[in-house]
Amino acid sequence: MQNKNERRREQILRISGVNPLKCMRCGKCSATCPSYDEMEYHPHEFVYMVETGDLEPLIHSTSIYQCLSCMACVERCPRGVEPGKLIEALRLTVIREKDANHMTADTIPAVIDDETPQQAIVSALRKYTK
Amino acid sequence: MKVSYYPGCTLRNKARDLDIWARRSAEALGVELCELEDWQCCGGVFVAARDEIATKLSSVRALAQARDRGQPLVTVCSACHNVIKRTNQTLRTDADFAAKVHNYMAQDPNPIAPYTGETEVYHYLELLRDVVGFDRVRAAVKHPLTGKKIAAYYGCLLLRPGKVMRMDDPENPRVMEDFIRALGAEPVVYPARNECCGGYVVLENAQSAEKRSRTVSASAAGHGAEMIVTACPLCKYNLVKSGSELPVVYFTELLAEALGVKEESYAE
Repeated sequence: MQNKNERRREQILRISGVNPLKCMRCGKCSATCPSYDEMEYHPHEFVYMVETGDLEPLIHSTSIYQCLSCMACVERCPRGVEPGKLIEALRLTVIREKDANHMTADTIPAVIDDETPQQAIVSALRKYTK
Repeated sequence: MKVSYYPGCTLRNKARDLDIWARRSAEALGVELCELEDWQCCGGVFVAARDEIATKLSSVRALAQARDRGQPLVTVCSACHNVIKRTNQTLRTDADFAAKVHNYMAQDPNPIAPYTGETEVYHYLELLRDVVGFDRVRAAVKHPLTGKKIAAYYGCLLLRPGKVMRMDDPENPRVMEDFIRALGAEPVVYPARNECCGGYVVLENAQSAEKRSRTVSASAAGHGAEMIVTACPLCKYNLVKSGSELPVVYFTELLAEALGVKEESYAE
């Protein structure tokens, strides 16, 4: 288990290009996050927990599906840590596992209406499936 | 002048208004939008992970086709623009990524010459500002929108990440306000104009998107706007769905109206 966790952590850091050690724990990313209220773990916690390898709670939290990829945290981080990219990488390591897609084409009809733009569907599938 | 044009999936379907008024207005301003052949959907969102290659190839094909025509590439949809521009920037700055992209592209039936970010990508608003010029837009206005108070809604995709998008100051943009002024209307500046509408999360957590969108429309209404303009079909959808008290209109429709090229209807 130890090895699997460490491998995942290494993969998150590699594909995101994020260095959590640059973080000075000011919390601006979470303060500016539009999805803050929807999250159990917030952007600054993602950064710290990936740094320390405390990944299990994040993997099983719905917080990884609440990020809007709006890049507010990336733009406003005074240290250039780019938490949004870290959250995305973590989510990818989860949904890339076998049968772990978070959304499937079958579930789409129930959540759209006559006006839903194609953009919403392709974006959601790209974010929530491999 | 001639430019390559990438409409994107939604502009051919739910966001026909965004597309058709962009085309009519460009014609009136002396710009020929030459639609790319066989373009493919951009995927809606850019996946920042460095090992994502295949999801970015549709953007590469669009960019390479524009290069081969010797034209800049113009987008209208905020999402397409974000994805294509960020892919282009990654090709310019990450040689390893560019090499992997080329390996994939070499498998195409008619492989293109290696592409490393040569094409200039303009959002339609940048085309108006930097190529046509807002002065020429102003001079071409036949029906000035005098007295209308209009809130420009940037959302997240047009501006961020600022270092890559380079359209405007990501925290204090003015391109859409200048556009509104060029049409004779009065721009309304309000705090939530560059905050996210909730985006694709509307399909995962509808209440979350509703809250985000209501914050935006309430902010615009609270500052005296009569109307919100956007370049993004998903922003428009989320704002309307969440019950915006203000009408939400594509910026190209506003432009066509001011230029006097907007008809009552258009042929499907």
